[in-house]
Amino acid sequence: MDVQVSFTLNGKTVSAAASSATLLVDLLRNRFGLTGTHVGCDTSQCGACVVHVDGASVKSCTMLAAQVDGCAVDTIEGLSGDGELHPLQQAFHEHHALQCGFCTPGMIMSAADLLKRNPRPSELEVRDWLEGNMCRCTGYHNIVKAVRAAAGAMGEEGS
Amino acid sequence: MREFNYYRAGSVRDAAKRLAAGGNAMLLAGGMTLLPALKMRFNQPSELIDLAGINELKGIKLSRKGAHIGAATTHVEVAGNVELRAAVPVLSQVAESIGDPQVRNRGTLGGSVANNDPAADYPAAALGLGATIITNKRKISADNFFVGMFETALNAGEVVTEVLFPLPQRAGYAKFPNPATRYALVGVCVAQFKSGVRVAVTGAGSSVHRLEDFEEALERDFSPGALEGIPVSAANLNDDMHASAEYRAQLVGVMARRAVAMALD
Ligand SMILES: Cc1cc2nc3c(=O)[nH]c(=O)nc-3n(C[C@H](O)[C@H](O)[C@H](O)COP(=O)(O)OP(=O)(O)OC[C@H]3O[C@@H](n4cnc5c(N)ncnc54)[C@H](O)[C@@H]3O)c2cc1C
Ligand code: FES
Ligand code: FES
Repeated sequence: MDVQVSFTLNGKTVSAAASSATLLVDLLRNRFGLTGTHVGCDTSQCGACVVHVDGASVKSCTMLAAQVDGCAVDTIEGLSGDGELHPLQQAFHEHHALQCGFCTPGMIMSAADLLKRNPRPSELEVRDWLEGNMCRCTGYHNIVKAVRAAAGAMGEEGS
Repeated sequence: MREFNYYRAGSVRDAAKRLAAGGNAMLLAGGMTLLPALKMRFNQPSELIDLAGINELKGIKLSRKGAHIGAATTHVEVAGNVELRAAVPVLSQVAESIGDPQVRNRGTLGGSVANNDPAADYPAAALGLGATIITNKRKISADNFFVGMFETALNAGEVVTEVLFPLPQRAGYAKFPNPATRYALVGVCVAQFKSGVRVAVTGAGSSVHRLEDFEEALERDFSPGALEGIPVSAANLNDDMHASAEYRAQLVGVMARRAVAMALD
């Protein structure tokens, strides 16, 4: 069975027909070409596929495309607005918070949700929050540093 | 994943009607258990009935009877509710101990109790607090609801609408998480009421269950020390690559004492 979905994708209204069994991540990557959202495990464990649905971070490999009908979906491609890096992206760059980069989009989307709820997280709070995001390269140290640095930077800008 | 008919129910009645209509329809709540199961083809439903649009299934309300939590209320909503945290802090602690933030953003109370995973957290809270599981058809006490591994008293066509948690005088939940999945290797919920003490353990056996020896000891003396020396048999406990039955038996005592200490804190 095909379902018709209409939703807001990075601020623009879009619609598509998809099989009922299509996962959100596949719709984003295959239909809309937004390949910044990665599939690491496809078993809801690794967080490489994290996007925001109605402002909350979710694993897009564990949602059906059909479930976002009427929702607002934001992906890593929508984060940086007009070409300027988002403070989280800038901080990941500066703090060498990635090696292969595969986990990075999910890490950043997850961290963005954290900073919305808790603008000044402690180191422990960042580590706790990133429970669902796995990185096989960095050992997490620089990721945690980058998230806290971005929190500082965003605080200074008053956002 | 095989294709199915996707249907967004507008009300509990509507969902129940579709569920009863025959075929092999299943309810979809947060999807955090069901969608991974569909990928593995453990289930192949003809239809998924999405509960996400049903407002009557959402929300948290406190009354004289206790905390009423709608079945489709997410773990993050339970963890973040300020009035609930003040009235029954143990429920917020249970909810925030589940999985990771993305799982908590989607997963729901109703999905968790209906699934009755032997290592899930909410079943321990529901049994420990002596909750009532309310469906579109009847009210079921937690003692009768959690029947066995992934098995509940729910009949075909039944929809969980709400869980009512009585308010304890004090309660605690201590969980030793599996470091990979965050499910409970062993989790113990201890709750003291005027009428007595209830102790429920998850993760240790094939299903959540109560520990009568612990309850009696705590009724005499509600302190961690009261549990010292009470033997826990490893005979019917889970034994797998994550932990041996003996290790789990040991953890049951440790987690129960920690839960009591949390309740007293
Ligand atoms: C990575 C990961 C880590 C997790 N860690 C934990 C953890 O640490 N502790 C823990 O307890 N859980 C954990 N979970 C499971 C999580 O809590 C699930 O959200 C929960 O078990 C199921 O809820 P759901 O809303 O996602 O239900 P769904 O997956 O949508 O449904 C689960 C089952 O319940 C049925 N159902 C759903 N709603 C109802 C209803 N209202 N009435 C009747 N039947 C219904 C469905 O038909 C289905 O059979 C984890 C999951 C993942 C993916
Ligand atoms: S790809 Fe979604 S959690 Fe790993
Ligand atoms: S940078 Fe390689 S997985 Fe994180």
